[in-house]
Amino acid sequence: MNNARNETIEQHTIAVLVDNEAGVLARVIGLFSSRGYNIESLTVASVDPTNNLSRITVVTSGTPMVIEQIKAQLYRLVPVHKVSDLTTEGPFISRELALVKVVGAGEKRVEALRIADIFRARALDSTRDSFVFEISGSTEKLDAFIGLMRDLGMVDLSRTGSVAIQRGAGSM
Amino acid sequence: MTGAEIILQALVDQGVEVIFGYPGGAVLPIYDAIFKQNRLRHILVRHEQGAVHAAEGYARSTGKPGVVLVTSGPGATNAVTGLTDALMDSIPVVCLTGQVATHMIGNDAFQEADTVGITRPCTKHNYLVKDVNDLARVMHEAFYVATTGRPGPVLVDLPKDITLMPGPYVPPEAVQRRSYRPQVEGDKERIRAAVELMRGAKKPVFYTGGGIINSGPKAAKLLHQLVHATDFPITTTLLGLGGFPGTDRHALGMLGMHGTYEANMAMHDCDVMIAIGARFDDRITGRLNAFSPGSKKIHIDIDPSSINKSVPVDVPIVGDASRVLEEMLAQWKKEKSASDRDALDKWWAQIDRWRARDCLKYRQDDKIIKPQYALERLYAATRARDDVYITTEVGQHQMWAAQFFKFDRPNHWMTSGGLGTMGYGLPAALGVQVAHPDALVVDIAGEASILMNIQELSTITQYRLPVKVFILNNRYMGMVRQWQEMLHGGRYAESYMDSLPDFVKLAEAFGAMGLRATKPSELDKTIEKMLNHPGAVVCDIAVDPAENCFPMVPSGAAHNEMILGADGETMPLPKVSDEGLTLV
Ligand SMILES: Cc1cc2nc3c(=O)[nH]c(=O)nc-3n(C[C@H](O)[C@H](O)[C@H](O)COP(=O)(O)OP(=O)(O)OC[C@H]3O[C@@H](n4cnc5c(N)ncnc54)[C@H](O)[C@@H]3O)c2cc1C
Ligand SMILES: Cc1ncc(C[n+]2csc(CCOP(=O)(O)OP(=O)(O)O)c2C)c(N)n1
Ligand SMILES: [Mg+2]
Repeated sequence: MNNARNETIEQHTIAVLVDNEAGVLARVIGLFSSRGYNIESLTVASVDPTNNLSRITVVTSGTPMVIEQIKAQLYRLVPVHKVSDLTTEGPFISRELALVKVVGAGEKRVEALRIADIFRARALDSTRDSFVFEISGSTEKLDAFIGLMRDLGMVDLSRTGSVAIQRGAGSM
Repeated sequence: MTGAEIILQALVDQGVEVIFGYPGGAVLPIYDAIFKQNRLRHILVRHEQGAVHAAEGYARSTGKPGVVLVTSGPGATNAVTGLTDALMDSIPVVCLTGQVATHMIGNDAFQEADTVGITRPCTKHNYLVKDVNDLARVMHEAFYVATTGRPGPVLVDLPKDITLMPGPYVPPEAVQRRSYRPQVEGDKERIRAAVELMRGAKKPVFYTGGGIINSGPKAAKLLHQLVHATDFPITTTLLGLGGFPGTDRHALGMLGMHGTYEANMAMHDCDVMIAIGARFDDRITGRLNAFSPGSKKIHIDIDPSSINKSVPVDVPIVGDASRVLEEMLAQWKKEKSASDRDALDKWWAQIDRWRARDCLKYRQDDKIIKPQYALERLYAATRARDDVYITTEVGQHQMWAAQFFKFDRPNHWMTSGGLGTMGYGLPAALGVQVAHPDALVVDIAGEASILMNIQELSTITQYRLPVKVFILNNRYMGMVRQWQEMLHGGRYAESYMDSLPDFVKLAEAFGAMGLRATKPSELDKTIEKMLNHPGAVVCDIAVDPAENCFPMVPSGAAHNEMILGADGETMPLPKVSDEGLTLV
């Protein structure tokens, strides 16, 4: 009599180990779009060239039932080796990287540099009227930094989306 | 070996005997290799959609994968409906498509289509072979993926240059997959928990589906033993018919939208539901929040994504139906403590009261043939044989076939359930007949559906396949008309079948026999003639155009809110909720 549906929306970070082959990303993205699941962020890169494996990190949200579906559906894809729900499998670390370009002069320029310093962002490039900052950290930290930079002349932004890994000695 | 020869060798090593196909520029090297050998039989269909449905019919009636070969571009796109159908109904099919040469891919070359892109969402998996060194491995993998776990269609896209190039062959044993490991063994603890629930049940019901057929005849045998050991009632989905003998006294018939009153009431009122290889489709559940509200649910399925998808269950068991049933049966028999016999007797008494409603009753007529009557007579004329295979098209006739035919064995009933593809039945029947040349294969059809793949009559006569087509001709897209009557004030927009062909002449034009019955008194003779004719026959049976298919759980309603309309009195049609209107 488990019929009471739990409708609370949860955010989960899921790591997926896949064969690094043509079309695998299209399969994963196609799965999310055709079944109407949310993708909050998705990153992918080769992590094991010898075994030809890539790791995808997806941040998604849904009711607990939907999250279970997403994992089952991912695992059903033939090139998928492993699906790991970092959110439920103990503590994990999640990081994102952004490159932020700010254009301005005078007070605003000084202020941008000062804030970058507080956030431990690095200036990777600077001209007389612009900076490119590199910042990494949690999504919230990046959101906060970017929010401030917007008021200080941010003209361009590039973000990676989250990559995540389990804390401690365990591995995927 | 050339790529084309590697492909054929792989097919032979996979035990393939028949390919359903249609040639074209991109697959000419494969056809040339087919010409030069005699181990594989090629059946030339008349449309690529027909090839896939034929392969589905072949697969469903044999338990082996069906194989399709089509050309690039339009050949591949024509196959898409069939592939989607096979995906929805979990039918193992391997579809080989030609592709333009590797150096032309992406250039909008002649008859190029992004076949892997187009078919990614409608296959279980697909491959584009870009290196002849991968070819043999991919071919074997395709068969492995199509037939293991939850079966489904797998497509291999074959650029023309790859099929011409020399390359290495490896046998199936040499191939190992690193990912994709379907779980077949069920968790013993979970099975124990399930058996415990079953022992304590007062109002249990088995609800079984296509997964029993997918799992093989052994699953059907074990299911039979378990049902008899427990003495529980059982209902089967449209796709599960034949997984348990329809004539057994434990069988409540089909459940769901057009299921029997007793099956749906039992599902609604049960306290323990044992779902096996069934996927809680919306045709089954009706309104979700009113679906079997008081039951503990056990769900056995090989695909974890089928479990807890729309209906939360209490005991999920991932595994192959046969393996789990075997373990369940062993555990059930271990303990002597039987279930609550008193409660079970009461439950059976209740079920018998529901059965007494005789929900499939219809009003007989001596002037016009009732479609139900036509099927009753066809069933009566064929039930003594054990080599009868029935396929259907989609519509009212399909539902009546499901209600009035009783299937006692798996693999003898092929119908398009999940996609509901009109035009499925004729090519599927063709595929079944190719696999079982001496059997009686009947496509129960509607006059609208049959026109969707009528060209396959040509294939049927070419290969002298004695397929019988039994058209319940109501001159309407009956199922559409029924919904328009119930939901749209009887405004029959575009559902009348005007300008129908003369099906008798049409059959003759294709070289088949054509028969017609317009009065109840002609029915038996027509059926007899059809059955006695050694070749293909098309029977045009003129049936009551106004007949509706009951019982019916209207869209958005619950199982215990079904309409029993056909018992002589006209039932007032219920008002369908606004939410129900949006459902299909
Ligand atoms: C006009 C129309 C009306 C319809 N009305 C009804 C109706 O009234 N009643 C009805 O029942 N259907 C009806 N259908 C069909 C319906 O749409 C679904 O296709 C059908 O109910 C699904 O059947 P199933 O649950 O058995 O699942 P299937 O589609 O057969 O799926 C099989 C399930 O078994 C699992 N499985 C596969 N292999 C194994 C294995 N080896 N071991 C264990 N599990 C396995 C799969 O993962 C899957 O979950 C209708 C269709 C049409 C076109
Ligand atoms: C390819 C396709 N197109 C449309 C439909 C929608 N549809 C479902 S049943 C039906 C009518 C079928 O008519 P007929 O074959 O005469 O069968 P009947 O219901 O009259 O028995 C239609 C149009 C479908 N299922 N498949
Ligand atoms: Mg009709």
